[in-house]
Amino acid sequence: MEILVCVKRVPDTAENEIEVKGDGTDIERDDLVYSVNEWDNYAVEEAIQIRDKVGGSVTVVTVGDEESEEVLRREMAMGADNGILLSDDAFENSDGKGVAAILKAEIEKGKYDLILTGAQADDGAGQVGGMLAAMMDLPYASLVNLIDVVDDSTLKIGREIEGGNQEMSEIGLPCVLSIQTGINEPRYVGIRGIRKVASVDIPVHGVADLGLPADAVGETGAKVKRMDYFVPEMGDGAEILEGSTEEIIDKLIEHLKAKGGLK
Amino acid sequence: MSQIFAYILHKGGVADDTALELISAAKKIDADASLIAVVTGSGADLDTVCNDLTASYNEVWKIDNAALAYPNAEVIRKLLVNIIPGGSIILIAHEHFGMDIAPGLSIKMNTSFVSDAMDIEGRDGGAIKIIRQEYSGMASTHVTCDAGDGAVISCRPGSFQPDESKSAGGQLVDKSGDAGDLTANRTFLEVVQAETGDVDITKSDILVSVGRGIEDEENLEIAQELADAMGAVVSCSRPIVDAKWMEKSRQVGTSGQTVKPKVYMAMGISGSFQHLGGIKGSPFIVAVNKNAKAPIFQVADVGIVADILDFMPELTEKIGGM
Ligand SMILES: Cc1cc2nc3c(=O)[nH]c(=O)nc-3n(C[C@H](O)[C@H](O)[C@H](O)COP(=O)(O)OP(=O)(O)OC[C@H]3O[C@@H](n4cnc5c(N)ncnc54)[C@H](O)[C@@H]3O)c2cc1C
Ligand SMILES: Nc1ncnc2c1ncn2[C@@H]1O[C@H](COP(=O)(O)O)[C@@H](O)[C@H]1O
Repeated sequence: MEILVCVKRVPDTAENEIEVKGDGTDIERDDLVYSVNEWDNYAVEEAIQIRDKVGGSVTVVTVGDEESEEVLRREMAMGADNGILLSDDAFENSDGKGVAAILKAEIEKGKYDLILTGAQADDGAGQVGGMLAAMMDLPYASLVNLIDVVDDSTLKIGREIEGGNQEMSEIGLPCVLSIQTGINEPRYVGIRGIRKVASVDIPVHGVADLGLPADAVGETGAKVKRMDYFVPEMGDGAEILEGSTEEIIDKLIEHLKAKGGLK
Repeated sequence: MSQIFAYILHKGGVADDTALELISAAKKIDADASLIAVVTGSGADLDTVCNDLTASYNEVWKIDNAALAYPNAEVIRKLLVNIIPGGSIILIAHEHFGMDIAPGLSIKMNTSFVSDAMDIEGRDGGAIKIIRQEYSGMASTHVTCDAGDGAVISCRPGSFQPDESKSAGGQLVDKSGDAGDLTANRTFLEVVQAETGDVDITKSDILVSVGRGIEDEENLEIAQELADAMGAVVSCSRPIVDAKWMEKSRQVGTSGQTVKPKVYMAMGISGSFQHLGGIKGSPFIVAVNKNAKAPIFQVADVGIVADILDFMPELTEKIGGM
């Protein structure tokens, strides 16, 4: 099975305290630690496991700047066979639809049976996979937490729904699936793995290579635009307990006693 | 008059809470718009939901079809494209079904798409101004969406006040005949119910809930010791289950358990809306987090800025010595 996985380089929210810049134009990007979007890592692991079971190849692709190449290499160190970087100044500030259009153009240059995305990325939009599928007229399912290959043309999939329940379906290939965390246990990538793929050639494709009209993507093509970043009013917010640890614990225990939090 | 459509989730003859929340969202876009509820399904439950909603929506479009008995997003998307006029604004709840259907719907309707709206600041000509969160709630943004050709907007459950006025006096319109072709290359098989675990966290009055801040599987012991001292049960956020450190039945949140404790101790949990969505009944929330800006502090009653790995043992010791 030829599998394509869409991955994105994002600021790692588990590693960083995200702060809004004073003028609200962006978040503070100095010293940010970036990594592969958490969900995408699960998608790549799933693709590798499917390939190892039924054969074929795994290609990882990202739309981003030069630095995004590092996430492709990381996923190749995990076991993806190929990487493709989609990069062009004209892609900057694309909205979700723009990113989907860029990915579609690349996908149509190849022949893939299965396309995986993460369920959502840093801005929590959860849109690119569903948009891509609809643009390509392929069946789609989101929040997938189980994939069984039935045969060359069919997958049995589980979607995570409310309360920990799972919705089981059959879906025809080719299709697009967005992957939910927890579907597998992504393998660890060590320094040695990264070194092994350090010099592998990663092609870079831009507007011209993809035959995209420049005004369909980037800032000009975007119908949805982010105007600013801001820090919301805290509302009532929590009463922050202060003082020495001892004092804090005493105050907390008073609260807990009053609220039935100690038996 | 402009029209705004809302796709209604329902179960067992009862509309989801979000059905009334979407009314508030729609009124924030255009207070004078005619609001149309689109309700799909089959049989008596569908009728009950539709009849109830006429109190709240100007029109209720009922689509009754055996193929719609279970809401398969690929099928319902086709249906909505078949029946909703081009250029419309369509609202839907941002939960698992909304995430499944909405992005593709916007493509097929050729409209803009904004997901997970937390608030709407209104409409300025063709543009709708929307408030969202990014980076797991650590930053908020204003987004403008060009709705000249329509828009699909998914709204975060619980973010918009339910509109309880029930004064619409709306009419029921049976659109079943317009459903059109409903074939899809994705076939629903069954729903597999969640497994019950060793402990039922929904039964406990006190929960010590750990998140990614616990850092290591071995540290779970620290939380268990605190729980033992408090007479509490240990629950967790999703990353702990994803890492297979705890059973899924211990996960609090929209895709886990819904709990109603008296006291909820959020230990190293950032406070994502999917996590908070599993906490009901307004418990007393204590949050301990090393990041003073963590969103959990906005909803907690009491907050402590500390490292849980240091704080929990000290608290355990103090309680144990009482
Ligand atoms: C469709 C969908 C459904 C979902 N359903 C659920 C669900 O049911 N339940 C759920 O929980 N999540 C759910 N999620 C995931 C959710 O979006 C968040 O990713 C998740 O809740 C984050 O968990 P967390 O707060 O433990 O981790 P993080 O967001 O990484 O937060 C960890 C926090 O710990 C703090 N911290 C780190 N180390 C320490 C320390 N030593 N001491 C003190 N504080 C520390 C950090 O400052 C941070 O605030 C769902 C997501 C999707 C897309
Ligand atoms: N710039 C990008 N390049 C490649 N894939 C992307 C990009 N942005 C989003 N995706 C994919 O779409 C998924 C959902 O992202 P989003 O719709 O931005 O929340 C991600 O998990 C990725 O798989």
